[in-house]
Amino acid sequence: MPVFWLVLILLALSVAGFFLGRQRALASVGGNSKNLHSLPNYYGHNVALSGLVPALGILVIWLLAQPFFIDGRVSGLIPDSVIPESSSRGLVMSDVRRVAEGLDIVVASGGMTPAEVRALDAETTDVRAELGKLGVALGSDVRPEVLNAAQAYRSLSSTGKTAMTFVVALVAALGFAYAYSKTHKDFRARNVVEQGVLGLLIFAASLAILTTVGIVLSMFFETINFFGLHNWTDFFFGATWAPNFRGDSELSILPLIWGTLYISVIALLVAVPIGLFAAIYLSEYANNAVRSFAKPLLEILAGIPTIVYGLFALLTVGPMLVRFFGQGDNGILGVEWMAGATSVLTAGVVMGIMLIPFVSSLSDDIINAVPQAMRDGSLGLGATKSETIRQVVVPAALPGIVGAVLLAASRAIGETMIVVMGAGAIAKFSVNPLESMTTITTRIVSQLTGDTDFASPETLVAFALGLTLFVITLGLNVLALAIVRKYREQYD
Amino acid sequence: MNDMTVMDKTMEKQKTKIAANGVNVHYGESHAIKDVNVEIEDKTVTAFIGPSGCGKSTFLRCLNRMNDTIDICKVTGDILLDGEDIYDKRVDPVQLRAKVGMVFQKPNPFPKSIYDNVAYGPRIHGLAKNKAELDEIVEKSLRRGAIWDEVKDRLDKPGTGLSGGQQQRLCIARAVATEPEVLLMDEPCSALDPIATAQVEELIDELRSRYSVVIVTHSMQQAARVSQKTAFFHLGNLVEFGATGQIFTNPEDPRTESYITGRIG
Repeated sequence: MPVFWLVLILLALSVAGFFLGRQRALASVGGNSKNLHSLPNYYGHNVALSGLVPALGILVIWLLAQPFFIDGRVSGLIPDSVIPESSSRGLVMSDVRRVAEGLDIVVASGGMTPAEVRALDAETTDVRAELGKLGVALGSDVRPEVLNAAQAYRSLSSTGKTAMTFVVALVAALGFAYAYSKTHKDFRARNVVEQGVLGLLIFAASLAILTTVGIVLSMFFETINFFGLHNWTDFFFGATWAPNFRGDSELSILPLIWGTLYISVIALLVAVPIGLFAAIYLSEYANNAVRSFAKPLLEILAGIPTIVYGLFALLTVGPMLVRFFGQGDNGILGVEWMAGATSVLTAGVVMGIMLIPFVSSLSDDIINAVPQAMRDGSLGLGATKSETIRQVVVPAALPGIVGAVLLAASRAIGETMIVVMGAGAIAKFSVNPLESMTTITTRIVSQLTGDTDFASPETLVAFALGLTLFVITLGLNVLALAIVRKYREQYD
Repeated sequence: MNDMTVMDKTMEKQKTKIAANGVNVHYGESHAIKDVNVEIEDKTVTAFIGPSGCGKSTFLRCLNRMNDTIDICKVTGDILLDGEDIYDKRVDPVQLRAKVGMVFQKPNPFPKSIYDNVAYGPRIHGLAKNKAELDEIVEKSLRRGAIWDEVKDRLDKPGTGLSGGQQQRLCIARAVATEPEVLLMDEPCSALDPIATAQVEELIDELRSRYSVVIVTHSMQQAARVSQKTAFFHLGNLVEFGATGQIFTNPEDPRTESYITGRIG
C-alpha cells in the first residue's frame, strides 16, 4: 500500500476518533457536559491524537531507517570480486538500486509480470536491453551478482513495506483503542492535551536545532574527506590559493581569510560611523515628521537585493574610484594606483552601504531603549544635547551597539554577491586596498559551480572553507554575546 | 523633625530667589498651569503639594527650563531668577540648569562609577583645573549628599549598584557638585522606603543652609516636616501659598483645607 494512502487512512481514523471520543465522553455523563472533567472537545482531541501521533512517528522513523537497513543487508551480498578496481562498494550499490528501481518501473508499467521479473537471469537474458526496450535506461551491462543483489533489494523493500503498513496500522489501532477506553467523565483529557501541545512545541524547537546540527555535520564529514585527500597544514598555513586539475593544487585558506577580513573591515569602517550617526540623529534630534519620512527611506536600503549592490559596485563605484586613483594624468588625482574597477575598496565601500541600515536600525532601537531619566539627569545638570549623547546615552547603549556591529560583521563576512562583482577573483596577500582580492564565499561558489567531481580535493575544499567560515562567524557571535554580557554586568 | 514642630519653624524673611509672575503652561491643547504667581525665597525649603495632575511637577520643570525638551510644551509669563528673566533669549538654558539643579522622582544615576557620576557636572562645566581639585569637589559633594562615608571605599564601583536611597543621595550629590543656587526636587522620596526617606529628608534640611530648595511631594507629612513655605496647587491653579505652619493649621482657602484633611485629592 502506498504511504500516501496509509497516511490518509490514519487521518480518517483520527477524525473519526475525535467524534467517537467526544460522543463517548458525553455519553458517560448522560449528555450533561458540566459533569465532565474537561470540555467534550478535549476528549475528542485526546482520542484523535492518541491514534495519530504514535503511528505517524513510527511511520516517519521507519521510512528513514529502512533504506539504511536494506543497504546494509544487500551490500553484504555483493562479493569483493565484483567491485572493479577504480570503483567502490558505494558505486556498485547505486547500480543495484538503479536496477531495482528499473525493475519496479517495468512491473508498474505492465511490461513484465512480477513472476517474469523474478525469473530474470543475467546469464541468459540481456537485462539492460530488456529494460531498455521498456524505456528504462541503465548505464552499464548488468552482471549476475548485481542482478541478484537487485532482486534481494526488491524483495527486502517489499517485505519492509508490508511490515511497515502492518505495524503502523496496529499502533494506530492500539492508540485509538486505549484512548477510547480511557474516555470517561473523570479522565483528565484537558491535561493530556496540554502535554500534547507541549510535545508539539518541543518537537518544533528540536527540529530547528537538529537541522543546524545536520548542516554542520554534513559539512564536517565532507571536510574530513577533504583532509583525507589534501594536507591540512597546506590548507591552514599555506600561502597560496591556486586550484588546478593536475592534482597538485595549492589550497590555502589564508589568502582568502585575509581578503574576507580586509573587505569586511573596510565595510565596517563605512557602515558603523554612518549608521550610528544616522541612528543618533533619527532617535535624538529629528522631529516626528523627519523621522516618519527618513526611517522608512533608510530601511529601503536594507531591502535592495545584494546582486543590485554588486551591479552598483561594478558599474558606478568601481569606475568612480578608478577616476580618482587611476588613469594616470587623465585621472582626478593624477596617479596610476588603480588598474581595474574591481578592488577591495570597491567591494568594501558598497558592502558598507549595504550594512548602513542594518547598523542604524538596530542602534536606533537600542538608543530609544535608554531610559528618558538618563537624558533628563544629564540635561538637568546643564549638559548639552551632544554631551548627553556622547557621555550618557551612547555609553548606556554600548552593549547593544557592540552587538549590532558584530552582527553586521557576521553579515559582511558571509556576503557573497557584492564581492563576486566588486572585489575580483585573485587570491593574494596585499595591503593595498586598490588591488583585486577574493573572499572565502566567492571561492566556495566558484569551486562548486560547473563540472564538479565530489572525489577531488578542488571540490571538497569548498566544504572545508564553508566550515571555517561558519566557525569564524560563530566565534564572532559568541564574542558579541560575551561583550554584551560583560557590559551589562557593569551597567545594571 | 516631626509634625509637632511645624508651628515653631523659624520664619525670618529671606531674600527672594525666584519670582514667577503670570506663568501659563500649555501642553498642546491642554492648559496645564494657569496664571501662577509665586515667590521662592533663598535658603528656604518650599514645598509644592497638590493632587496628581495638578501641575506642580510641570511648574517645577519650568524653573530650570526642562520643559524646553518637550516639543509641544509652551511657557508664557515671567520667571525671574535673581531679577533676571530665565526665558529671555539671551539666557542659555544649558547654563541655567547648572545654576538650578534638579533631582528626579526616580533615582537616575548614570551607568558609570560613583566617582564619574558626581564628577560629570564639574567636568562638563570645567569647574576643576586638575585631578586633585576634581577629587576635592567629588568628596565635598558626596559629603553634602550625606553619602560619603558609605561610598568612600568604592568610588570606582557603578552607581547603579547602590540601594535606592543611596542612589537618590548620590543624585543629590551629583546635582550639588555643579554648585547650583537652587535645587529642584521632583518627588525625590516617592521611590524610597521609609528609612531612606528619613535620610533624604534630613539631608534636605541640611541643604537649606546653602541653597534654595523647591520640593514637589505627594506626602503632606513630608511637606510639613521639611518645608518652611508651602504652595498648594489644584487643577493648574496656585490655590494658596504661605508659611507651612499656616497652610497646615489654618488654611485660608476651603480647597486647601479639604485636601489637607483628605477630602479631595
